[in-house]
Amino acid sequence: MRPDIGQRGPRRQARDSAGMRTLVFLAGGVLMAGLFLPVVALSWRTFSASGGRTPGLLSDSVVGAVSLSLSTTLISTLVVVLLGTPLAYAFARYRFPFKRPLNVAIELPIVMPPVVAGLALLMTFGRRGLLGAPLSALGLSLPFSPAAVVIAQVFVSAPFYIRAAQAQFEATPRELEQAASIDGAGPWRVFWSVTLPLGQRGLLAGLLLSWARAVGEFGATILFAGNLQGRTQTMPLLVYGALESDLTSALWTGLLLIAIAALALVLVSLLARAFDREAVDDEGQSLSS
Amino acid sequence: MTLRVRRIALRSAPVMLALSACFSLAACGYAPSGDTAQGELTVFAASSLTNAFTDMAGAFEAQSPHVKIVTNFAASSQLATQLIEGAAADVYASADQEQMAQAGAAGRIAGQPVIFATNHLVVIVPADNPGHIQTINDLAQPGLKLVLAASGVPVRRYTDHALAALADRDAYGTNFADSVYANLASEEQNVRQVSAKVALGEADAGIVYTSDVTPDIAAQVLQIEIPDWANPLAEYPIALVANAPHGPGGQTFIQFVLGSEGQAILARWGFGHAP
Repeated sequence: MRPDIGQRGPRRQARDSAGMRTLVFLAGGVLMAGLFLPVVALSWRTFSASGGRTPGLLSDSVVGAVSLSLSTTLISTLVVVLLGTPLAYAFARYRFPFKRPLNVAIELPIVMPPVVAGLALLMTFGRRGLLGAPLSALGLSLPFSPAAVVIAQVFVSAPFYIRAAQAQFEATPRELEQAASIDGAGPWRVFWSVTLPLGQRGLLAGLLLSWARAVGEFGATILFAGNLQGRTQTMPLLVYGALESDLTSALWTGLLLIAIAALALVLVSLLARAFDREAVDDEGQSLSS
Repeated sequence: MTLRVRRIALRSAPVMLALSACFSLAACGYAPSGDTAQGELTVFAASSLTNAFTDMAGAFEAQSPHVKIVTNFAASSQLATQLIEGAAADVYASADQEQMAQAGAAGRIAGQPVIFATNHLVVIVPADNPGHIQTINDLAQPGLKLVLAASGVPVRRYTDHALAALADRDAYGTNFADSVYANLASEEQNVRQVSAKVALGEADAGIVYTSDVTPDIAAQVLQIEIPDWANPLAEYPIALVANAPHGPGGQTFIQFVLGSEGQAILARWGFGHAP
């Protein structure tokens, strides 16, 4: 944990003995190597297997998987933001029955194994599932469809956005909102022109994490949506499926997925840092005033 | 105070993301590695052998109490990939000669593979037959949800042969195979995923081995026979893996599979005898 906001000046290092420092760095180094070596190995194998060229990236299956992943995660992220923002707002601002247990339960999809999530979705939306009969009465059949891919992504990724948005709404200074409403702004106006703009960084960070999780979704998708090139075969499914038949495609797609994940992490950490700076500035102002 | 809440939320989110990623990996389940204790035989076997080789392992262990058998069931193609990438195993039992040959070409097979069982294909549909499929011809009806194994998986190779053979006959028409493939709803990772999707009632039809209609799912599916002349004979080879950690033990297991007790277990689970 980094020092509290109130603590100024250069951060002091712990005055531990050389022996302890060595031990700490040694243990940490081993774990760091364990975390990064696989990424290095994957990159190395990708480039050596394809002789530095990128034929794997141009194959139909890779192009199909990338475009399917992008289009489905675009929709699922949109759904998560549209439905998750009100939910996060409710958790942050309203009191309602069973709020505490629900607040914990909302994270269940994060800790639940995705393959179990897929099974649960099949039991819900499948042909013989809980909602199977009403859905088929409407002429809808979800399993094996791109819609199933989106549902799986929403299920596993929504909690990431909801949590971040909720924390953001809890942190938004109520004084500013009250000031706006004293000035005559209605509650909707306050939300749109004060709460939302003030919270945009936190919401964006939550959105990025939720999107990254949706892009990486595998277990629930393969069980609930199946695996068909161009229809339900997203990038992670391609990596798994192509492993036996087309290792180069699997490697390139894997590398691409790592790049996407890394990009999301970097953006989130930049957002967090910008937020810290702002927080320090705010405090500086309030101290000087 | 409220500011700290927000900082913590932003920081902990990547941790949550990482946490869920490790669950995704666990779902893929890779082969057991070289962690083979004394007397622990590792057997890589095709998905269709799941029930038969589970029984086989039990019977073998009962006969030689000092041996413990660790089984790894997956599509033969996936097992071949794992072997080629260096997974440690003693015995490899494949559902077709092609995957055995691939593992062999990579230097992962010791000695000559032996055919130990045979199998045939069958079309299965859910018991309530939502696609109203009565004959093989009906597989070409537009709008059906057909589930097959992914290409490379042995059962898919046999299936492709069967469909091509059917399309060669005038009665089925040259478009037959194309119309059937147009109904593909999903390409599953192994044959047992295909039978599961049909037994669950999510797919209208699937093509599996006759032995995959196990007592577990027999009540949930109907079988539609593929004519003999179009139904390929699936031959299952078994071999010792190169540099097997327990070579002699592996050889004993292979002899057991080929022996009368092993063959009886395979027959009980719907496999044909070794030629």
